[in-house]
Amino acid sequence: MAATSTGVDVARPDAPRPLRKSREGVSRAQQASLLTRSAIATALAVLAVAWLAPLFWALVTSLKYEADTTTVPLELVPEAGFTLDAYRSVLSNDNLITWFVNSTVVTLVVTALTLALSTTAAYGFSRTSFRGRGLLFGLVVAGIMVPPQILLVPLYQQVLAMGLADTYAGIILPQLVVPAMVFILKKFFDGIPRELEEAARVDGAGTFRIFWQVVMPLSRSIVAAVGIFVFIGAWNNFLWPFIIISDPDLMTLPVGLVQVQSSFGVRYAQVMASALLAGLPLIVIFMLFQRQIVRGVATTGLGGT
Amino acid sequence: MSAVGSAAQTTVPAPGAVLDGDAPGGVRRRRGPSLTTSRGGFWFVLPFLVVYALFTLWPIVYGLGMSFFDTSLISGGAQFVGLDNYARLLGDGEVWRTLGITLLFTLLSTVPLVLISLGMALLVHTGTRGQWFWRFAYFAPFLLPVATVVLIWQWLFQGDFGLVNGALGLVGLPDVGWLSDPAVGLWSVVVLTVWWTVGFNFLLYLAALQAIPQTVYEAAAIDGAAGWRRLVSITLPLLKVTTGLVLTLQVLASLKLFDQAYILYGGSGGPGGVAAPVLQYVYDTGFVNYRLGYAAAISYVFFLIIIVVSLVQAGISRRRSA
Repeated sequence: MAATSTGVDVARPDAPRPLRKSREGVSRAQQASLLTRSAIATALAVLAVAWLAPLFWALVTSLKYEADTTTVPLELVPEAGFTLDAYRSVLSNDNLITWFVNSTVVTLVVTALTLALSTTAAYGFSRTSFRGRGLLFGLVVAGIMVPPQILLVPLYQQVLAMGLADTYAGIILPQLVVPAMVFILKKFFDGIPRELEEAARVDGAGTFRIFWQVVMPLSRSIVAAVGIFVFIGAWNNFLWPFIIISDPDLMTLPVGLVQVQSSFGVRYAQVMASALLAGLPLIVIFMLFQRQIVRGVATTGLGGT
Repeated sequence: MSAVGSAAQTTVPAPGAVLDGDAPGGVRRRRGPSLTTSRGGFWFVLPFLVVYALFTLWPIVYGLGMSFFDTSLISGGAQFVGLDNYARLLGDGEVWRTLGITLLFTLLSTVPLVLISLGMALLVHTGTRGQWFWRFAYFAPFLLPVATVVLIWQWLFQGDFGLVNGALGLVGLPDVGWLSDPAVGLWSVVVLTVWWTVGFNFLLYLAALQAIPQTVYEAAAIDGAAGWRRLVSITLPLLKVTTGLVLTLQVLASLKLFDQAYILYGGSGGPGGVAAPVLQYVYDTGFVNYRLGYAAAISYVFFLIIIVVSLVQAGISRRRSA
C-alpha cells in the first residue's frame, strides 16, 4: 500500500539523484516537475495543517490551566505554562471511568458477536445449499437499503417490550445485524476455490470444521477489515445508546460525554481532555492496524457513520 | 489448512472418484447434490436470521403498523387512526422545513466531501514522501466519536476566543457567528462534517488510484501525454466508478444527518432552528413529545424519499455506464 506503485524519482524527492545530464529536454521537464512538486507539497501541507489544527488546538487547550483557556487574543503557550490538571480531574471523575468501561465492554461484545453472526451467515449463504436460501439472502440484501435511523421508534418499542431498556443487552442486540457485512463476506467467500473444501471434506471434515479450519483462515484479511469497521462503529455509536439508556451508570462514552459537556459548563480544559481521551483508543487502533483499515476501506467500501 | 489439503492429495489421487463416499464405515453418506455443497447450511444462517428478524424485519413491519395508530408512550393505549398521521404530516410545515434542511445539508456537504477527498487522494498519490503521515492527518478525524468531534468544534467555533475566528482575524476577515448567526448555522455543521468524514472518501479514492496499473500511464507517456493531460484524460475517467460509489455512499450518509447537528446545538436545532434535520424532528416527536405513531409516519415518508433517491442514483449510474 506504500508508495510502491509510483515512480522512484517522485516518491523520494530529496534522495540523491544523478546530476542533470544534458540541457535539452530533460531540464525543462525537470523544472516543471520541480514546480509541480513544490506546489503539491504546499497543498498537502496546507490541508494537513487544516486537518490537524483542531486536534492540536484541543490538545493544547486540554493542557492549559482553566483560566488560560479563554484568553483573547489566542495564545499557544500561556504564561502560566501547561498542566495535567484537566486530565487529573477528568480521570478522578468516577463516571468517566464507568463510561469508558461500558464502552469497552459494549464494543468488544458487539464486535465479537457481529463477526460470529455475519461470518456464519455469509458462509451458509455462500457455500451451502438449503431450501429458501435465495429468498432469505434476498431478504438480507434488501436490509442494506434500510437506514437504521428509521427503525428508531419501533426498535425502541421492541426493546422496551422485551424489558431490555437500560441494560447492556438493550444497547448491544440491535447493533448486531449489519446486512452489508454479510453481503461483503459472502462475496469474499464466493471467491474461495471449491477444491480446498472438497479436499477437507474427503478427509472427513464436517461443515463446521470446514468453515472454521479452511474458510476462516483464508479470510483473515476481510474478517479483520469488517471487524475493525464494526469496532469503530460500535465505539462511536451515539444515537441508539442515547435513546435506550437513561441510567448514568450504563452510559457509553459518547453519550456520557454529552452529559459532561452540559455539566462542566465552560471548563474547556476538562471538556477537551475528556473528548481526547474518548478518541484515543481508535487513534491507537489506527496506528496499529493502518494497513488493514486502508485495505478494508478499499475492498469493502463501507465504514461507520 | 495446508496439512488437510496435502493429506487429501496423498490419500485420494482422483477426487472425482470418491463421490460415493469411502469414509470409514460408510457413515458419512452424502445427501447433498454434490461434494461442493455442504449440509447443515441453514443452521449457519439461522442465528443471524433470528437476530435480524427480531431487530430489523419485525421493527420494519411493526413501525409501519404504528404509523396507522395514534400511539402514545405515556398512555400506552393505541388508537387506530388509519391514514390520519400521514394526512397530518402533509400539512405539517415542520416536516417539510426539516426535510428541506436535510436536503440542503446533503447538497452542501456532498460537493466538498467529494471534491476535497478527490483532491487529497490525487495529491497523496503523487508519491510525495511521508504517505503515512498524510494518510493519518486526513483520515484521523474519521475515527473520532461524534461527541469528541462536536465538543472540539464547539470550542473552535466560539465567537470571541474560538480558533476559527482567530484564524479568520489573522487574514483580516471579520468574526463570524458560527453558533449564533442563523445565516451560517447550517454551514457550521457542514464544516464540521467535512472535517470529520472526508478521510473515508479520501481512502476510497486513494485505493482506486493505487489500483490503476502503471502500464496505462506508461502507454500514455509514449503517446506524449503528461501532467495535466494525463490527469484529465486518463486518471479522472478511470475514477468514474469510484466517484459513483463515493457519491452514492455520501448522499445516503448525509441524508441521515442527526448526531452532529443535535449535539452541536444541544438539541435546539441551531439559531432560528436552521440546523434541525428531519431525523431530529422524528426524535423530538417520538421521544420528547411521545407521539410515537406520528414519529413513525414521518420516518416512513423519509424512508420513501431515501429509496427514491437511491433508485434515481442507480438509474443515473446505469445510464452512465451503458
